Amino acid sequence: MSKTLFDKVWDSHVVRKIEGGPDVFFIDRHFIHEVTSPVAFLGLKSRGLTVLYPERTFATADHNTPTINQHLPVEDPLSANQLKALEDNSKEYGISHWGLGNKKNGIVHVVGPENGITFPGATIVCGDSHTSTHGAFGAIAFGIGTSEVEMVLSTQCIMQPKPKKMRININGQLGKGVTPKDVALYIISKLTTSGATGYFVEYAGDVFENMTMEGRMTVCNLSIEMGARGGMIAPDETTFAYLKDKPLSLKGDAWDTAVTHWKTLKTDANATFDKELTFLASDIEPMITYGTNPGMGMGISKQIPNAEAVEGGVSSYKKSLDYMGYQENDSMIGKKIDYVFLGSCTNGRIEDFRAFASIVKGKKKAAHVTAWLVPGSHEVEDKIKEEGLLDIIMEAGFSLRQPGCSACLAMNDDKIPAGKYAVSTSNRNFEGRQGPGSRTLLASPLVAAAAAITGVVTDPRTLL
Amino acid sequence: MAYDKFTILTSTAVPLPLENVDTDQIIPARFLKATERKGFGDNLFRDWRYNGDDSPKESFVLNNPIYSGKILVGGKNFGSGSSREHAAWAIYDYGFRCVVSSFFADIFRNNCLNVGVLPVQVSPEFSEQIFNAIYDNPKTEIEVNLSNQTISILSTGAQESFEINSYKKENMLNGFDDIDYLQSMKEDIESFANGLLL
Repeated sequence: MSKTLFDKVWDSHVVRKIEGGPDVFFIDRHFIHEVTSPVAFLGLKSRGLTVLYPERTFATADHNTPTINQHLPVEDPLSANQLKALEDNSKEYGISHWGLGNKKNGIVHVVGPENGITFPGATIVCGDSHTSTHGAFGAIAFGIGTSEVEMVLSTQCIMQPKPKKMRININGQLGKGVTPKDVALYIISKLTTSGATGYFVEYAGDVFENMTMEGRMTVCNLSIEMGARGGMIAPDETTFAYLKDKPLSLKGDAWDTAVTHWKTLKTDANATFDKELTFLASDIEPMITYGTNPGMGMGISKQIPNAEAVEGGVSSYKKSLDYMGYQENDSMIGKKIDYVFLGSCTNGRIEDFRAFASIVKGKKKAAHVTAWLVPGSHEVEDKIKEEGLLDIIMEAGFSLRQPGCSACLAMNDDKIPAGKYAVSTSNRNFEGRQGPGSRTLLASPLVAAAAAITGVVTDPRTLL
Repeated sequence: MAYDKFTILTSTAVPLPLENVDTDQIIPARFLKATERKGFGDNLFRDWRYNGDDSPKESFVLNNPIYSGKILVGGKNFGSGSSREHAAWAIYDYGFRCVVSSFFADIFRNNCLNVGVLPVQVSPEFSEQIFNAIYDNPKTEIEVNLSNQTISILSTGAQESFEINSYKKENMLNGFDDIDYLQSMKEDIESFANGLLL
């Protein structure tokens, strides 16, 4: 029988099928962080259980960590307590732990792939919805709750009904200034934030085939924002080249054997999907959001739609625009902004910093803009320095912070003040997401850089 | 974590007819710093419920004494966004045992089932009927019968059935969770793992 990529990976990880219930699903790789794991370990202890396969779990601190002065003790006692719990629990159960100060430390969805923990055909979970990032490698990767973290720790399995399958095809050539982030925001604007709920998505077509691994990660990362549990892209030579010789990648004959298997991980010609959508690359322009969910996005040259033209409730839509301080039919170009955030598991990789630098090179940051540039990991930070990007951004009046999730969810001190506008390369523009009362415009690193230079929302194509 | 059995719940309900209520609204990230599962109900819908100076926002439904009960009725696409189980904990800890919506986000729905909050998905029409019934009379009682998989508006007699897979249903009826089940099949899991390349 013809199978999709998703079927192949899913079916090979089912330990048991339960009649009328979920599948018992084996997890190859499990990432944990300081925020969603402490209660899982407590549960484990209270039941007298232990960690079944500690070598399959990897801990990194990222969600609440400071992005300056990481060598000093963490000031916030609650954050410090969570970080200590992660360290202690990892030590007690023999789990690899990359805490603050460790060279390997960084955002879980950046350091996992960078170190070769992620691999094609793997099943990967983490108590974080953006685990979908790892689907870029042809893995089934998705976010779970803390109860499920406890399940994976104690049994390496969770219980999941198999989702439906959707394929999104985009062919053609992307225009100037159009990045993987724009492709993802475009899809979400078409599907809405619930359009893919209940589905697992495969991205197909030459737009995705031509993307780098960083670009594919950005796209898969945002799958959750259209409601999908995850998204994946068939592994190919780009994937293998990225993973080869990573610290934890297979080596020698084992690598060759694995690659032979990974090459079979693609959707068969006759396989069917529950839903199939097709878009054209040429229809996509640099995107920006104007509302309070990632589906409220549009091409940067467009006007904010009328409530009547939008699917869903008029009152929810108007509440959203009120929160943002925008009106229907407003143009976004020229709107004043206060903050710029470059970073997160969506856009905190080296390619994102290259894009940002390509715009700000030889220019100056707008005086009234506060910009936080936060690399996703120390490896990204090192590359920024090696490639000379640090000099470029510093000459333009920016500085670089230390790795972490930072202002994406503002659990640390990196909070956008109430009422202020931030152009952010992160993944969510929910009310208060980046700090109580903050207003977020999601966009690509190019759009963020253009806004940082001009101080207003600007089409990056005019600066390229 | 063990939770109370769920059989039949008859209660008044709290209406929140907004769409796309995300888990950042249910519990903002800055309240996720606990290392124990307690006290999350205090910060349920924190930024919609309280002003910056911690005074209650009178316009928010949880601060309106007319509405109360163990059932929260939300709008379409309830629980989208972050996977934080803390959102489901906050709802449980506040005192809700059931959330009704015409559409749930996946991870939130799973999290609810794992912590003893029953997510009941109804048709958009029935959702409208529930909101109307509550606004007509806030004392309207809603009955959720898990065994029969039905939800009823007692004042009007309107009823609809809802879906839940039989495994999860048994768990909720008995207050069991998945870990009990998974522990019972550890040998199968270990032999599966032994056959893996990576």
